[in-house]
Amino acid sequence: MPDNLQLNSEGKLKHFLTIEGLSRRLLTEILDTADSFIGMTGQQVKKVPLLRGKTIVNLFFENSTRTRTTFELAAKRLSADVLSMSMSTSSTSKGESLLDTIRNLEAMFVDMFVVRHAISGAAHFIAQHTAPNISVINAGDGQHAHPTQAMLDMFTIRQIKQDFANLRVAIIGDILHSRVARSEIQALNTLGAAEVRVIAPKTLLPAHVESLGVSVSHNLTDGLADIDVIIMLRLQKERMSSALLPSESEYFKCFGLTEDKLKLAKPGAIVMHPGPINRGVEIDSKVADGPQSVILKQVSNGIAIRMAIMAMAMQKQGASG
Amino acid sequence: MNQIHIKQGRIIDPANSIDRTGCVYIADGKIISVTNEPAGFKPDIVIDAYNQIVCPGFIDLSTRLREPGQSRKATFKSETIAAASGGITTLCLQPDTIPVIDTPAIAELIKDLAEKAQYPQIYPIAALTQKLEGTELSSMLSLKQAGCIAVGNASQPVKNLLVLRRAMEYAASHDLLLMFRSNDYWLGNNGCAHEGAFATRYGLPSIPDAAETIALAQCLELAELTGCRVHFGQLSCKRSVIKIHQAKKYGLNVCADVAMHQLHLTENDIAPFDSAYHVLPPLRTEADKQYLRQGLAGGALDSICSDHQPHDIDAKLGAFPETEPGISALETVLPLMLKLVAQQVITLEQGIAALSNNPAQILRLKSGALTPGFPADVCVFDPELDWQVNSENWQSQGNNTPFWGQILKGRATHTLQAGKIIYCLKQ
Repeated sequence: MPDNLQLNSEGKLKHFLTIEGLSRRLLTEILDTADSFIGMTGQQVKKVPLLRGKTIVNLFFENSTRTRTTFELAAKRLSADVLSMSMSTSSTSKGESLLDTIRNLEAMFVDMFVVRHAISGAAHFIAQHTAPNISVINAGDGQHAHPTQAMLDMFTIRQIKQDFANLRVAIIGDILHSRVARSEIQALNTLGAAEVRVIAPKTLLPAHVESLGVSVSHNLTDGLADIDVIIMLRLQKERMSSALLPSESEYFKCFGLTEDKLKLAKPGAIVMHPGPINRGVEIDSKVADGPQSVILKQVSNGIAIRMAIMAMAMQKQGASG
Repeated sequence: MNQIHIKQGRIIDPANSIDRTGCVYIADGKIISVTNEPAGFKPDIVIDAYNQIVCPGFIDLSTRLREPGQSRKATFKSETIAAASGGITTLCLQPDTIPVIDTPAIAELIKDLAEKAQYPQIYPIAALTQKLEGTELSSMLSLKQAGCIAVGNASQPVKNLLVLRRAMEYAASHDLLLMFRSNDYWLGNNGCAHEGAFATRYGLPSIPDAAETIALAQCLELAELTGCRVHFGQLSCKRSVIKIHQAKKYGLNVCADVAMHQLHLTENDIAPFDSAYHVLPPLRTEADKQYLRQGLAGGALDSICSDHQPHDIDAKLGAFPETEPGISALETVLPLMLKLVAQQVITLEQGIAALSNNPAQILRLKSGALTPGFPADVCVFDPELDWQVNSENWQSQGNNTPFWGQILKGRATHTLQAGKIIYCLKQ
C-alpha cells in the first residue's frame, strides 16, 4: 500500500503527493470543489475564509514562476498566511539537510508545506518525516510526479470536453524526464479516458513505458490520428548535450506541433502545454496562440484547482499519523 | 592451548561430504578430529550442540567495515562483533576505504586494526589501480606480500579496456585473483534503481541490466585473453547468470557470487521510496531474482556474499536517489540462507557450501571445511531459533537493513575463529 500515506483514517486527503493510489471519486471531488471556487460569471475566483489563521509555506528547492505564483494566489484566496521560500538560494545551499530545513520550519508552527524539489521522492520523504498535523502538497518532485498540474489539466479538459469516457489524449515530447506526463497518465487512466498515447522518439521514452497504461507512437503524423486532446511537453535544452537528440530543428521537424500537423488530429482537438513554452522547438507560435490552444486557460485554472486541493487537505480531522 | 569439544551436533561439512550427528574435537586452534574422539582428549571447554548444526565458519567475499576513514558509520570493533554473531569467521575487505588500500602501509594498517579488534581473519582486497582512479596500476605484488588476498577496483570504473587488460595481465603474472564488479559506468548513468516498469512509474534515474552484462562480457573476453583468474562479485540479473554459466561450460577459470539480498528482494520492495532498499547494483525484477536463485542451485553462482555496507542514520535520510546505497548485512546472512533452504531453493548443504567451502576455494584458503589440520573456524547454529531484528539483538553500528523489525529464523549460538570462541549467544 504505497500511497496510503496520502489519506487519513477516514480515506480523506491528508497529503497530495501523487495521483497514484487515489480513486476516481476523489479526483472527481477535487474537480468539483475547484468548480465551486469559480464564480458564476466567467473565470473569476472568489476569496473565501476557509483557511483563515492557517500558515502555508511554499518551499521551492527548484525554480518556478507559474506554479509558485498560482500556489501563492490560491493560498491567499483561501485567506491563509503564506510564505514563499526559494530554497536554492537559502540554507540548503549552505549544507543544511532537507530534514533540518523541515524541522526548523515546523518549529514555526506551519500547517502546510507546498514542496517543489529536483529529486524524485522528495515530497514523500517530507510527508513521512514531518509532524503529523502538517499537510504536504507536491508541487513537482524530480521526474516522479506533478499532481496539481495534472489535476488542473484534467479540470481544463473537463471544462471543454465534459466527459473523459470517449477521449483520446496524446502526450508529446520528453516523457522520460517529465513528472507532468507521469501524473497526467495516471489521472487520465483513473478518470477513464479511452486512450492515452505517448508520442516521442525512443530516447525520450522511459523503459517499459507501456506499463504506465499508454499506447506508443514514434511518429507525430501517424500518432495524431483520432486525437481529442494534445498535450505538448517542454523540451529542455540540455537534452541535446546529453545525446538524446541531435538538434532543436530536427526535433521540431519530427515532433513540433504546427498548424498542418494539428489538422491530423480530430476537428476541435484542443492543444495544451504545462509551460513554459519553447516556441519553434516543440510548438509553433501560430498553434500556441491559435483558436485551439487552451494554454492560458490552464494557467488560470491552476488557482482554483490548487485552492481545492489545499482546502481538502486541510480538512483532515481524525488524521492518521 | 585450549581443547574444545563440540558435542553431539548435526555436523554438516560439504567439503568432506559429512552430514551426521557427532562431535568435533579442537586443539591448539585446529580441528583435530570429527566424530572419533582422539586418544587422551581432555577438553577445557565443552559446547553442547544438541539439536544444533555444526558447520565451517562463514567466509564473506565482500565487506565494508568503514574503517579507516568513516568510523562514524562503523568500526572494526562493532562490525567484527556483528560478523562473529552471524557465524562469519573470515572477511574480505573492499579496497574503497579512506585512504584506499593501494599501498602496503594501508594493508598493514588493516591487519593491525583486525588484531586490535581481536578478529584477525580480515583480508584486504588490494586496489587494482592507484587510488581506484582506474588509470595506473597499483603495486599489486607488494600489496600481496602485505597480506592482500586479491585485487579489485571496488565499485569504481577502470578508465578503459586497455588499462583493464594490462591490470589483468599483471595480476595474472603474480597469480592474483581479480574480484570484479561488473558495471559499465556510462550506461549506469548515475542511476539508483533498475531500469524497468518500477523506475519508470516512480521517475527514478535507472540502470539497465545491460550495464552489468556488457561489462561482464568484456571482462570475460579479457579473462580468456590474459589468463587472469576472475571472480565476478554481486551479480544481479538473469543474463549475467547465463553468461557465467556459458563461460564455465566453455572452460574459463571464472567464478561468481551474488549478494544475499538479491536472492530475496526485488525492485517492487522499494515502493514508494524506501531508502532501506537502495542498493547497487539495484534490486531487479522477480524474473532476475528467480534466475539468481536457479544459478545458485545449479552452480553457475559459486557463493553468496553479504555485501555488508553499514551506514549512519543520516546516510539513509533523504529523497531516495540522494541516499547512500547499501545494507548492513552480516547478521542476516545465516537466517536468509536458511530461508532459501526452507523455500527449497537450495539444500542446506549447498547453502553452507556457498558460505564456507566455496568462497574458501575461490580464495584458495585453508578454511571453509572441518578437515583435520585446518584452523578451527566453526559456526554452531540453532536453525529453529526465532529472533527479531531489533536494537536488542543487533550488533552492527549500521541499522540500515530492510529486514529491521522482522522475525527471522536461525541464529548462531557459538562462533569459533582458529579455535577461539569469538561469539557465544547469551540465552
